[in-house]
Amino acid sequence: MTEAMAQKPAMPDERAVAALREREGSPWTGIWSVILKEMADHLSSTRIFILEVLILLAALGTVYVASQNIQQTTAEDQFLYLRLFTTAQQPLPAFVGLLAFFIPLVAIALVFDAINGEFSRRTMSRILAQPIYRDALLMGKFLAALFTLALVCTAIWLLIFGLGILRLGVAPGGEEVGRGLLFLVATIFYGGIWLALGLVFSVVFRQSATAALASIAVWLFFTVFWGMIAGVAAQTLSPIRIGLPDEFLAQANMELALSRFSPNTLYAETMVALLRPEIRSLGILLPTQLEGAILGAPLPLSQSLLLVWPQMTGLVAASILLFALGYVLFQRQEIRA
Amino acid sequence: MVDSVIQTKDLTKKYGEFVAVDGLNLEVQAGEVFGLLGPNGAGKTTTILMILGLTEPTAGSVRVLGLDPARQPLSVKSRVGYLPDQVGFYDELTARENLTYIARLNGIPDSQIDRRVDEALARVGLEKVAYKRAGTFSRGMRQRLGLADVLVKQPQLIIMDEPTSGLDPEASHEFLEMILDLKKEGITILLSSHLLYQVQAVCDRVGLFSQGKMVLEGTVENLAQRVLGGAYRVLVDVESVQPEIAQALEKIPGVAHVQVTDTKKYQVEAAHDIRPEAAQAVISAGGRLLGLGVQAQSLDDIYTAYFQGGSI
Repeated sequence: MTEAMAQKPAMPDERAVAALREREGSPWTGIWSVILKEMADHLSSTRIFILEVLILLAALGTVYVASQNIQQTTAEDQFLYLRLFTTAQQPLPAFVGLLAFFIPLVAIALVFDAINGEFSRRTMSRILAQPIYRDALLMGKFLAALFTLALVCTAIWLLIFGLGILRLGVAPGGEEVGRGLLFLVATIFYGGIWLALGLVFSVVFRQSATAALASIAVWLFFTVFWGMIAGVAAQTLSPIRIGLPDEFLAQANMELALSRFSPNTLYAETMVALLRPEIRSLGILLPTQLEGAILGAPLPLSQSLLLVWPQMTGLVAASILLFALGYVLFQRQEIRA
Repeated sequence: MVDSVIQTKDLTKKYGEFVAVDGLNLEVQAGEVFGLLGPNGAGKTTTILMILGLTEPTAGSVRVLGLDPARQPLSVKSRVGYLPDQVGFYDELTARENLTYIARLNGIPDSQIDRRVDEALARVGLEKVAYKRAGTFSRGMRQRLGLADVLVKQPQLIIMDEPTSGLDPEASHEFLEMILDLKKEGITILLSSHLLYQVQAVCDRVGLFSQGKMVLEGTVENLAQRVLGGAYRVLVDVESVQPEIAQALEKIPGVAHVQVTDTKKYQVEAAHDIRPEAAQAVISAGGRLLGLGVQAQSLDDIYTAYFQGGSI
């Protein structure tokens, strides 16, 4: 009798502890339904259509001009197709320059109302009352935007290669295609950072307009001000006291390190190293280090990849960190619509 | 135990210092329509969110169909339909597309989705506008679409938060009819409202909420008995109001209260039907009886009496 009474209250506790450890089912239940629905929304939305047309026009314009420029030198250049991306001719900038500008905009436009839009349309509680976890909704929205971005980028990439074949009359080489593909991947992950950032703001701010403005403010900060701030900060952090060459070198390195906190710098460096095989270093090169080097000789793809590996991992890591932040914030949010 | 669809035990939810739900013990049986009543901010929506597992309780436990919504949310949410207050849809999608998305989220096989969606839409009378965008729908149509949305998953329990708020009288009447139809099919329904006459029209039992607590629970008649002391209100229409008649009426056994209304009628509250005794009393007091009527107690009276009169 006493034994039974002593054991009885322990039973539900054990069960409760066991239940606390695990939740049933996969957190990704229903994620494909979310991805497909969100992608369908993105691809049919006017907002994205306008941006797609803009990018397409920019791509066609710059690449057409570049190809005209290159046509004269087809016989001499080994990497004609990469020149299509990087050749600028006044007044038009190179296509990659425009891309670095457009990708964040498209990414922000894709997600700035991802979460708060569900709240303001009052669909959030209805969706979360379905048998899915919040994980699936957030991840689904992120992946849908990433896939949409990848789709748009890939389409444009293919168009440029197609245009190249038509205008240049030479087939692209294996290494060119390889470099181009890596560049495409880097571009998509660069977009991933801005997607994750936009998603964080769409969780934090209940107004879509505020979220969009906040994302654009961050983008402007990195595009316009971060370079200046890095310069000023480098002067303070590693000042030139006597004027030794070491001090100049330290300051330049400091400025470079600071500027690499900006995703724009990371992307720009990746882009340059991948699309211009003759680039052999992204930092400061001393004349002694160049001894014996044949200037202008291209690096093999594997070496260029090695050069930008830190930058590319940085891009991916930043996306993951930002997404994780958004994830934590979203999980803790109250669902009262 | 098997028959109880919702069971909460000392359920508590605090937002910082504010106690939204305070030690709630609620039990809803299979097949019944239970109404959560109370003023705004009494904790009805918070209770609903905890039942669905959308908000974690601070203390206490919930069981829905024998499952724990916090730990087995997928099983709970695939069996329970939720119609939120002022339900929202993706305005740029059609009614059909909206429901198809929900069907997919519920993991309904593709081969059945079309049939289930069409059935749900027909059920609420929206089959003609199935291909129209949800953005063009009126408030009443949206509410019906919300119900169709819940029916797609063929739930065992439906939870509705203020289902008729903002509907015109005709639309809300139609909606209540649909609720009664669902009840006939054996679906358990929990609904929250502050529109009392509607709750009275459809609910088997009601629970009265005030400041996070369920202060009263039972059938409407039961509550009337407890709050008003009498379940019957008899209206006595006489030619002229005289004090002797009132005195005679008050002497009838079972009468709790006699009052003269604006329209020169006596309003008598009693524990049972006292019409024969009232007629006799009026005549023996020398009055001329014009009419006798009995009025069932409305939830409105209970509500007013409770919140004005304080506790029981």
